[in-house]
Amino acid sequence: MSPLRQSTGSPYTRILGLGAARGDTAVSNDEVAGPIDSSDEWIRQRTGVIERKRSSAHEGVIDLAERAAKEAQEKSGISPSDIGAVIVATISNPVQTPSLASLLAHRIGVAPAAAYDISAACAGYTYGIAQADALIRSGAASHVLVVGAEKLSELVEPTDRSISFLLGDGAGAAVVGPSDTIGIGPTVWGSDGSKWDAVGMNKPLKAAFEDREGGYPTLRQDGQAVFRWAVWEMAKVAKEALEVSGVSVEELTAFVPHQANMRIIDEFAKQLGLPESVLIARDIETTGNTSAASIPLAMHRLLEEHPGASGGLALQIGFGAGLVFGAQVVTLP
Amino acid sequence: MAHTTEEVLAGLTELVTDETGIAADQVSLEKSFTDDLDIDSISMMTIVVNAEEKFDVKIPDDEVKNLTTVGEAVEFITKAQA
Repeated sequence: MSPLRQSTGSPYTRILGLGAARGDTAVSNDEVAGPIDSSDEWIRQRTGVIERKRSSAHEGVIDLAERAAKEAQEKSGISPSDIGAVIVATISNPVQTPSLASLLAHRIGVAPAAAYDISAACAGYTYGIAQADALIRSGAASHVLVVGAEKLSELVEPTDRSISFLLGDGAGAAVVGPSDTIGIGPTVWGSDGSKWDAVGMNKPLKAAFEDREGGYPTLRQDGQAVFRWAVWEMAKVAKEALEVSGVSVEELTAFVPHQANMRIIDEFAKQLGLPESVLIARDIETTGNTSAASIPLAMHRLLEEHPGASGGLALQIGFGAGLVFGAQVVTLP
Repeated sequence: MAHTTEEVLAGLTELVTDETGIAADQVSLEKSFTDDLDIDSISMMTIVVNAEEKFDVKIPDDEVKNLTTVGEAVEFITKAQA
């Protein structure tokens, strides 16, 4: 009997190209302030958000994912047939099954690539990058498309003061492929299910179905508990990601945290002791919090505004419902 | 070494002032963090975490919700360090 074979792939990987798509409508603070008895000033002061981008009714999460994915594929310079796997991180696929990824793979012409979704909320994109890196190095795929895609405007309750007014719609995509040098550092990731109910849906689907008047399930969070965890616990995770990558804060070109709240970003930067030379992604200001899409969207914008940052090192960290987190240092495409 | 109630109040006042810019003489035991001092949840949590470090105590998330006034926070911290 001949021995079983194993696959092996490229020893190194990197992000080859990024793509971005934001909701087609800018929604101002004034438009969301009424139902929460708030104001433009209150929202700006507490969250740093000036407006969020949301999709109109005809634009679905799959449409956002498709736009972002096509741009990432074109910018990466590879042909669609090179993509061996499609990973979509999302919490807003309108159906529980089938996956958004399989439809996306079909739409962008990369089928029969392997395709699946990940449920890791705002950490989903960093989980996807970790998986893409592992799939390529193991030889399971030569190139992997990772997409964070959300239409969170379908999960908001206008009168909710905890999170709804922050949320936006968008998709960010990355094509990950083989590289001559290390372009994705080790991932520091994990979960803390003891805080399972700190952020997430306010009720199960079945409960909503049985109580029609109560409406569709929407997102809620315990802001204080999440904030404490997001800053002080996640600062430790970010430092660990730098340490295992052998990178100091002085060597970073950019810091791209999940875009949850500007004040989390500010406090985070303070805790990490980032020097002024490090570019800090602040896409939340005009995009809002787009969960799994926020890191690639923020990185895409940072590179548009600072093309010279390309080739530099960026620390990216995602954290959210689960609670789950993931961080890694990557080379900016 | 354990801090006295007066020392905790003085230390907490300093943390509130650093975080919010509120004048120290505005911070007194009977003041409500939200209603009187207009401190939002994010600033409150920053003050809590800094207080944990300063006084070497643990203030659990569930407990933060019960600390409505400056006096309640001072009392909790004073007892927690004992």
